[in-house]
Amino acid sequence: MSTAAHGGHDDHHAPFLAHHFEDHGHQFDSGKLGIWAFLGQELLFFSGLFCAYVIYRGNHPEIFLQGSHFLDVKWGAVNTCVLIFSSLTAAWSVRCAQLNNQKGLILTIALTIACAFGFMGIKYVEYSHKIHDGLLPGKYFNPSAQALEKAGLKVPAVNIDGSIVAEPAPAASEGGEVVQDTREPVNRRLHIFFSVYFMMTGLHGIHVVAGILVYLWLLKRAIRGDFNSDYYGPIDFTALYWHLVDLVWIYLFPMLYLIH
Amino acid sequence: MSTLATPSSGDAGHQENYLNHSSGIMNWLITLDHKRIGVMYTIGTSLALLLGGVFALALRTELLTPGKTIMDHDTYNQMFTLHGAVMVFLFIIPSIPAALGNFVLPIMLGQKDVAFPRLNLASFYIWVAGAAFMLYSLFVSPIDTGWTFYTPYSSGHSQTAVISAVTGVFILGFSSIFTGLNFIVTIQKMRPAWMTWFKMPLFLWGLYATSLIQVLATPVLAITLLLLICERAFGVGIFDPTLGGDPVLFQHFFWFYSHPAVYIMVLPAMGVISEVVSVFSRKHIFGYKFIAFSSIAIALLGFLVWGHHMFTSGQSAMASVIFSAITFTVGIPSAIKVFNWLATMYKGSIRLDTPMLYAMSFIFLFTVGGLTGLFLGSLSVDLHLHDTYFVVAHFHYVMVGGTINALFAALFFWWPKMFGRMYNEAMGRVSALLVFLGFNLTFFPQFIMGARGMPRRYYNYLPEFQSFHVASTIGSYVLGIGIVVAFGVLTHAAFRGKIAPANPWGAKTLEWLTQSPPTFHNYEEVPEEAVEAYDFDDLEYDPQTDGYTVPGRAI
Repeated sequence: MSTAAHGGHDDHHAPFLAHHFEDHGHQFDSGKLGIWAFLGQELLFFSGLFCAYVIYRGNHPEIFLQGSHFLDVKWGAVNTCVLIFSSLTAAWSVRCAQLNNQKGLILTIALTIACAFGFMGIKYVEYSHKIHDGLLPGKYFNPSAQALEKAGLKVPAVNIDGSIVAEPAPAASEGGEVVQDTREPVNRRLHIFFSVYFMMTGLHGIHVVAGILVYLWLLKRAIRGDFNSDYYGPIDFTALYWHLVDLVWIYLFPMLYLIH
Repeated sequence: MSTLATPSSGDAGHQENYLNHSSGIMNWLITLDHKRIGVMYTIGTSLALLLGGVFALALRTELLTPGKTIMDHDTYNQMFTLHGAVMVFLFIIPSIPAALGNFVLPIMLGQKDVAFPRLNLASFYIWVAGAAFMLYSLFVSPIDTGWTFYTPYSSGHSQTAVISAVTGVFILGFSSIFTGLNFIVTIQKMRPAWMTWFKMPLFLWGLYATSLIQVLATPVLAITLLLLICERAFGVGIFDPTLGGDPVLFQHFFWFYSHPAVYIMVLPAMGVISEVVSVFSRKHIFGYKFIAFSSIAIALLGFLVWGHHMFTSGQSAMASVIFSAITFTVGIPSAIKVFNWLATMYKGSIRLDTPMLYAMSFIFLFTVGGLTGLFLGSLSVDLHLHDTYFVVAHFHYVMVGGTINALFAALFFWWPKMFGRMYNEAMGRVSALLVFLGFNLTFFPQFIMGARGMPRRYYNYLPEFQSFHVASTIGSYVLGIGIVVAFGVLTHAAFRGKIAPANPWGAKTLEWLTQSPPTFHNYEEVPEEAVEAYDFDDLEYDPQTDGYTVPGRAI
């Protein structure tokens, strides 16, 4: 916040109190309303994707059921725990600021950032597996035979994009008899699931990165000693944003990973 | 005395004010002063208006004859697309809130600035960035999808720079959201203690309702455009039927924003009219609470009618009937405003200065536009009128006959406050007349054409429509000249106009009770004494300054 020193005040104007606010409480209240309004519009921003999910899953439940087999519930669950824990550290950072606990503030902000990096790291692992397996959105969707096998689906002779499968599915079992392949065939519209998956987790991931950047800036300011029990608005508001980012993931995890 | 202010007489160029507070280009580019940001927005959106106008003149010239006149059909598609996209996203959505709202709102509240000055500056630079993306696409491969970007043409088939143009619009959306956020918090948290909601000037009610829509509707446009970009870039299959998608879903998503968007365009304009009509009738606004509540009602109801753009899209008859019914209700609060403005003027002491001429134009032309909206909202009639020139005429009557007239009313009204100089009244009136005549000649024939079956966005047409097109094109040139004259008058006034007093019009809202142009801080202390915004009885005219004062106040 900008400092101000103007006539009309009988003492040196408080640092980080903008000149158009009466006092820190006024500034805090205004910021609070501002961040809640911003979060409201963030919710509407994600709503389009949730709406698309509802419509497509409602119209094609089999695509979504099949698609979720490709996702690793373990990683999704770990990420969920990581984010929930990071919401705890974020809320804790607000409490530290309120109590003027400078060391605690720095520690909890750092932990939140670490969790966010952890989340992004796991996302990187998940995404790189998908890219390797050819499980990409839209017209780039071209699942490899291994990916299909891993998900328990029948490997087709011809890929979705028309190319011949490199390794045809084994048809023989022990004893040399030909066994009927009773596995489910891959749905030819399966790319819709991955389009939805990448768009939703991608947009969410962008918001996580934005949160990391803001928290890094807050960490710098906290180390500099900017925050105290009178002035901690940015900590409070960023934590609120972070809780929304967490909340969106709490919806995404069951919606994408836990379809049965 | 609740205000510390320098006397209102004296040379605007020499007394300390926000314009001479600091000098140099950097002090403008990184300013946090809402007044300078408002001025920069005024310049930016005015340039956008002129650019959009050039595209309009180009396409109207092409339509002078059936078949080719000056360009081929693909170029024509680009012309009407660019006209729409530039006008809607670069000009009209930001115009009154960002240019005039930014300037006036804090001063009307007796404050030093908006709640979040940095966010305000960010909003401006985001506008510039969005404009840059759109202009880039203009030079690389101008879009031809129509400003509505309907799929599957926009998502798959158009070979033009859709992604960069749509990215530009996406970015502009955040400019709008940030402005709305700022205004909501400023109006809710930064009023003087005596200024309760119902003591606020009606312009602020208009801006508040607008801001609600900006914050709630624009993110839906943002995600829609993001989905469009993903479809085009990655073939995700949301809107294209060959990929398993639904093109009508795009229309639902798009209009869920774009219908409320038209209320973003008109609510600030209506707020301006409430101020101008009251001041220039020298009479308390009639039905203050009705006007205030009607702004909120329009904002809320506006979210429920998007399907009236889609009556022919194949949506269910049940949905169409419901949308049609609610569309009728949304006309009621607008009509309430029109009646209240007329009742304000009735037996008022009317002065036909330029702002009032534009305001009266607004009332008449907006009414025509609004009534023709009812034709289009009637399901059965719309089946014949959809995608004809009747629709084009309707929305130009409300957006140009409405918002642009209100914009000029606002610019001429607040110009003396912004620059401390008066404009040339005679030339101002000439501009109002040219705009009125040119506008009607341009768009009235379009109602007739449309009702007789002339489709919109068509390059070729049947010879029976040519006389209407010719009239319309001539009108567009007159309208263009009128707009250029208006900007010429204002620009000249900013530099060479006669020095203006603090309160040349005899208005009572707080921005008129501080000097012209305002000081850097607007008010050193928030005014503690209540002021009745529409009570003109206590004003005294000072012939020396040709301005008005309130006895007992410094200004």
